[in-house]
Amino acid sequence: MKPHIEKLLATAALAVVVSLLAPGCGQKKSASANNAVSDAERKDMALASFVAPGEKDEYYLFYSGGHSGQIYVAGVPSLRHISTIPVFTPYPGTGYGFDEASKKMLGDYTWGDVHHPALSQTDSLYDGRWLFCNDNANNRVARIDLRDFKTKQILGPIPNASGTHASSFVTENTDYLFLATRFSTPLPRGRVADPKDYAKEFNGMITAVKVDPKDGEMSLAYQILMPPLDFDLCSTGKGPSSGFAFFTSYNTEMAGDLLEVNATQKDRDLAAIVNWKAAAEAAAANKGTVMNGVQVLDPSKVPGILYYVPVGKSPHGMDTDPTGQWIVAGGKLQPSTTVLNIDKIKAAIANKDFDGEFRGVPILNYNSVVEGEVPVGLGPLHTQYDGKGNAYTSLFVDSNITKWKLPPWTDAEKKDLTSVVLDKMPVNFSVGHLVVAGSDTKKPYGKWLVAMNKLSKGRHVSVGPSQPESSQLIDISGDKMKMVAEAYTEPEPHFAQIVAVKDLKPIEVYPKTENKDPNAVWDAKETGVTREGNKVTAKVIAVRSRFIPDRIDANVGDELIVHVTNIEQAGDMIHGFGVNDHNLNVVIDPGETKTFKVKLTKTGVFPFYCTNFCSALHQEMQGYLVVHPEGEPVAKAD
Amino acid sequence: MDALLRSERNFLWRPLNLTSRLLLVAAAAAIIASFFFPLWRMHLFAPQYEEGLSLYIYSHKIQGGGIDGADLNEINTLNHYIGMKPLRQADFFEMQWMPFVFGLIILLLLRAAVFGQMANVVDVFTLFSYFGVFSIGAFYYRLYIYGHQLDPEAPMKIKPFTPLLIGTKQIANFTEHSYPQFAAYLLIAAVSLVFLAGWFSRNETV
Repeated sequence: MKPHIEKLLATAALAVVVSLLAPGCGQKKSASANNAVSDAERKDMALASFVAPGEKDEYYLFYSGGHSGQIYVAGVPSLRHISTIPVFTPYPGTGYGFDEASKKMLGDYTWGDVHHPALSQTDSLYDGRWLFCNDNANNRVARIDLRDFKTKQILGPIPNASGTHASSFVTENTDYLFLATRFSTPLPRGRVADPKDYAKEFNGMITAVKVDPKDGEMSLAYQILMPPLDFDLCSTGKGPSSGFAFFTSYNTEMAGDLLEVNATQKDRDLAAIVNWKAAAEAAAANKGTVMNGVQVLDPSKVPGILYYVPVGKSPHGMDTDPTGQWIVAGGKLQPSTTVLNIDKIKAAIANKDFDGEFRGVPILNYNSVVEGEVPVGLGPLHTQYDGKGNAYTSLFVDSNITKWKLPPWTDAEKKDLTSVVLDKMPVNFSVGHLVVAGSDTKKPYGKWLVAMNKLSKGRHVSVGPSQPESSQLIDISGDKMKMVAEAYTEPEPHFAQIVAVKDLKPIEVYPKTENKDPNAVWDAKETGVTREGNKVTAKVIAVRSRFIPDRIDANVGDELIVHVTNIEQAGDMIHGFGVNDHNLNVVIDPGETKTFKVKLTKTGVFPFYCTNFCSALHQEMQGYLVVHPEGEPVAKAD
Repeated sequence: MDALLRSERNFLWRPLNLTSRLLLVAAAAAIIASFFFPLWRMHLFAPQYEEGLSLYIYSHKIQGGGIDGADLNEINTLNHYIGMKPLRQADFFEMQWMPFVFGLIILLLLRAAVFGQMANVVDVFTLFSYFGVFSIGAFYYRLYIYGHQLDPEAPMKIKPFTPLLIGTKQIANFTEHSYPQFAAYLLIAAVSLVFLAGWFSRNETV
């Protein structure tokens, strides 16, 4: 019987040998190996995105600079950064935040958090006039004039509102732009309540800002008092959804702490549908109460201005399609987008097809208004449209973009909505927002999509731990999406707008005839330094390659006011006025006058000079500020 | 039946030749060596983690890949989204007694090498095999517990699952590869050497 045992042992030995011979089998290489680009693909990509020296991009890309507080301008398809528009943060490059006018706009703030830029529209098309953007940090909104790409107005801090994240989104004719709060606070602001009593004591706010159709001047129109949900994003209606604005929110749980857990418990969150035309009428009829000078409407007391609808868990974007028919919400924590139908929403409102109410405001019956839940993938954030019936949704968790077909769907498609998912493309990495050229108009340009990725994770040469974000350009003109270029963007692009270059008409110099500054001087004879008590005023001309006058005398303790006019009328003849040792630099474009003030606190002779390289004798463009000890005779300037 | 028992008894009383004794010593050496290498590796890939996140399991410790073992923290950070308990060295109490068991096996191997008797080889082979199967079972049970005791209040709710013991699997945006590493092969080799020690002396007579 001995052989019996031996046979058994032999079999065991064989098993051991087999397992020894197969170490690590099945360990596949990671996906990174697939990143290699073939020569043919390389050529295709280059030809699609290359803009030769001397040639111009076809589109402007205005992307928000997040907590850098600025707006950045890039070209599409080159993705080249072209210019920075300082908005909420001083920018010595253009002297922003140093002269009196921009200092006044900035107030006491030195930064902002720009999230969502919005181009002005007329009849649901970009009219090329203004670009608005919000400051999530300090509850402000700014207007940039696209005639000269300059920030012209900062409205705020807006009263009764904290963290205007769901903004700025304009209505189809730029009558209003909306700002909804991501953070809730006890109201009126300044009142202290315990965050433990969050649900009872805290409130959010939707603010409507009126935009003057002539000059774009923004003013507070009215506010709607909201429960303490965290409003995240917004879009406005057009066509059949005209007069409505749609806001997503998270934290339907109304948690005042540990939101990561406490605000992610419910399977759906409430989106708010605002009938802003009805709200405007109610505000005009004084149906609200005035808080901090703003008419605040309580939606439980003014019926017909607000409705809720449940959408996918912890949603981000809420985007109206170009026809105005479909509103798509992305639920970050559910693998699908919720598609709502405006006809059904209107019918549900008319028929009072409600599923209870929330704080006196009706909740629309979900099943009556939803068109479908499209299984796009993990972490859907934001949806854009090409105007050809396709939607593009960014997937943060999957790090993909999914292209899918908007309704109307066939019965077969409705039964299995995976069939409307047309294409999926990896982006690098973890895309937040994405933008399709003209997506929020009624006629998108289509063609290009830019994915704004939150992580670049070493795709660039190393620049240390502070890494840029990555943006990728995707050609969406064909059936399949095609990536063609990549660029690294300043912190931190949230949303962007793409507009065709042909639809903007910027100027290159400020015409002399337009300069209405009372302190502008155009002739050397008008320049000079005058004293009035302790106030010394200098009117200065900057022109290649001198300042007139190039000597300014004053006493310590004086307040020095300098009005400097760049009298050039040639494009790109920009001059700067930097003063040594005084933390001062203004930059004056051709035809522009800027004013700066400085309290003189130290004696000495301080050089000032042109900071923006202008000409062959730019280095010679300099002068002296002579600050005399108090009481000493002051030499007269010529 | 009687014949079978007699044959078994005869087999157990067989002496070990020099080759077998050396193989037993080699097996002991392989176990000692296994201490310095990982037994198992779990390797997670996602679009955002092209280079992957690694978790190495030793007989006496768990160790993350990356700089200073940073992958372990990263894996725990990611797992908290689905409410999985963080992996902590202190929770793996078996890692405290495993080295002790290996020490015992090493002593028994050396004992068998010195005593030179087949019965000792069978003892240690059985104990070793049992311990191996038990360890893999315990490991699987751990994975099961980690994947099934998910915090119901986690931000992302996923169906309870058992992380993969061996093979490749997709979990949400992650592809997980879980495979034995060098120390596991050393242990397999050690078992095999014990087996071969028995094999080479199978026909020895007193």
